Amino acid sequence: MTVPLLKVDNLAVEFGPKSHPIRVVDGVSFEIPPGGAVGIVGESGSGKSITSLSILRLISEPPGRIVQGRIEFNGVNLLDLPRSKMPDIRGRDIAMIFQEPMSSLNPVMKIGDQIGEAIMLHEDMSGEVRRRRVIEMLGLVGIPDPAGRLDSYPHQFSGGMRQRVMIAMALACNPKLLIADEPTTALDVTIQAQVLDLIHKLRRTLNTAVLLISHDLGVIADVCERVVVMYAGRVVEEADVRSIFRAPQHPYTRGLLQSIPRLDDDRDRLYQIPGSVPLAGSVKKGCPFYERCSLRIDKCAEEMPPMFSFGTDQRAACWVTARQADAQAKEATLS
Amino acid sequence: MTDPIIRVEDIGKTFGSGMRFSLAKQADEVRAVDGCSFSINRGETLALVGESGCGKSTLGRLLLRLIDPTAGRVYFEKTELTNLPAGRMRDMRRHLQMIFQDPYGSLSPRRSIAQIIAEPLDVFGLVRSGRQRRERVADLMTQVGLSPTFMDRHPRQFSGGQRQRIGIARAIAVDPSFIVADEPVSALDVSVQAQIINLMQDLQRQKGFSFLFIAHDLAVVRHIADRVAVMYLGRIVEIGPKKQIYRMPQHPYTQALMSAAPEPDPERKGKRIILEGDVPSPKRVPPGCSFHTRCPIRQEICSIERPPLREVAAGQLAACHFAKPFPIPLAKARPAIPA
Repeated sequence: MTVPLLKVDNLAVEFGPKSHPIRVVDGVSFEIPPGGAVGIVGESGSGKSITSLSILRLISEPPGRIVQGRIEFNGVNLLDLPRSKMPDIRGRDIAMIFQEPMSSLNPVMKIGDQIGEAIMLHEDMSGEVRRRRVIEMLGLVGIPDPAGRLDSYPHQFSGGMRQRVMIAMALACNPKLLIADEPTTALDVTIQAQVLDLIHKLRRTLNTAVLLISHDLGVIADVCERVVVMYAGRVVEEADVRSIFRAPQHPYTRGLLQSIPRLDDDRDRLYQIPGSVPLAGSVKKGCPFYERCSLRIDKCAEEMPPMFSFGTDQRAACWVTARQADAQAKEATLS
Repeated sequence: MTDPIIRVEDIGKTFGSGMRFSLAKQADEVRAVDGCSFSINRGETLALVGESGCGKSTLGRLLLRLIDPTAGRVYFEKTELTNLPAGRMRDMRRHLQMIFQDPYGSLSPRRSIAQIIAEPLDVFGLVRSGRQRRERVADLMTQVGLSPTFMDRHPRQFSGGQRQRIGIARAIAVDPSFIVADEPVSALDVSVQAQIINLMQDLQRQKGFSFLFIAHDLAVVRHIADRVAVMYLGRIVEIGPKKQIYRMPQHPYTQALMSAAPEPDPERKGKRIILEGDVPSPKRVPPGCSFHTRCPIRQEICSIERPPLREVAAGQLAACHFAKPFPIPLAKARPAIPA
């Protein structure tokens, strides 16, 4: 077993006043091996973005606070570090890109200077060496004529090109982990294909580990080796990508997969999960999916199911499918 | 036998530079929609698909005359809408309704659900008393799957999916014959998206209205469309029956759009057509075929001569000099996901 690069263990995040806290992330655990690619998939309010922001301690406090858990990076619990140490980690060890590249770039600063600044913060090199590094990074992410674009401003780039600039900036210091929060959601599908292709290429050449946050199971399937499914602040299923898509065990994962419209699908009607996503913190006890679940039993309303193992590489938080799997296993051993 | 309810002839919309005396006027014009012709039959759903800036929303608004075209004509049944005087256009609007993308921005936050849904009923004088009004609103809310007991609440008390149901109730309140839905599910969560698509499909079957369904995603319209039109830089590049478009797209852009969408299936990755570059600015539409700058099969003629929309298979038209069938492999039988 390799030592994980990142290990998130039993993380919980609360917002609001301490007297009436709203728990938006509850008991989240997962690991990323060095060079691995893990995806967190979930709908709005699932807590996937808050989880990713917590890793770099980017949650504004107040109103938010991490109330429980560990975030170990290379064996060091980031939550134990003084806040003043975090800027050393950000950008150098762990970098992050966001959904909207325009609002993450400084509109009045040249692209070359912005990427150069990211390098300057962490590495001591002369202006000329730094300049060459910036050109190299821009070339790596597929910006045509990189030397000629150093003096361009963000508004002179298209959405897809801006996201490439963001990726160049994120990777400028060769981080071990890239956190990408919905990196292609604001892009058109043909441009999204280019950016996903770039992420593949960079993983091959730089061996950067990726944590990809997305609502789009297609994007997750494309990039990731492991998938964490979140619902209402909790991890409901976690497995290798093949098991998630071939043999999902949580009723929510199953419903989500069936309700996606597909290009090659002749079904006359889409499967629909009834009801809507519960508001953050509104589920006080039991399984958060209870209200919408077709398999629910009385126990589900009372007691939050723990993560049960299904096979060696898959875990899901469901009382019912765990029992079914148990029964099947018993039957198999008897016959 | 075709029975068009909406017919569009060579419609165009150019947005000006805004500077009346500018010498650069010509150069600053944006050709949002350029020479589109098609029709939509009674009870039919035409899906209009394209990426941002392709002019699909502008085209939708032109059909309802929410904006006026700079070229061409729109007919609703036998009436030409494009030259209709304002008063008569107003009467026409009873038959033409719209559903918007953003369920948060398109409902007034100050009004109750009952007021929002009843507004078109009042405008067209379709209800006589307050009681009748509330009964009608309750009936409409039931039809779209909302409990009438929420009638006096305000939009902020509803989720995105519920708000989109309110928008749909408002659109069907006057029993229109044609509805334009502009990206009605793009802002919704995946699990709610399916509910809204199914609801619109059911309502259409019950009421028989015609639909222009605008989307940026070909997969989303797969279940609801009868025919599909694909737009690129203000022009329709391919249009045809759903089955043919999905099985045998003939325009290279349609083919690229289909293969670009990442599939929710880890065993089918890496077979994408990746287009070079970005969509050119509609201020500088490339000469000839506007897709030639990114086209994987371009030839010399493509940058010189604009290909007309021509029939490439029964009912299927494509605007490409080198259109050819591109069979999309049918999915390997996917193991059923347990319910």
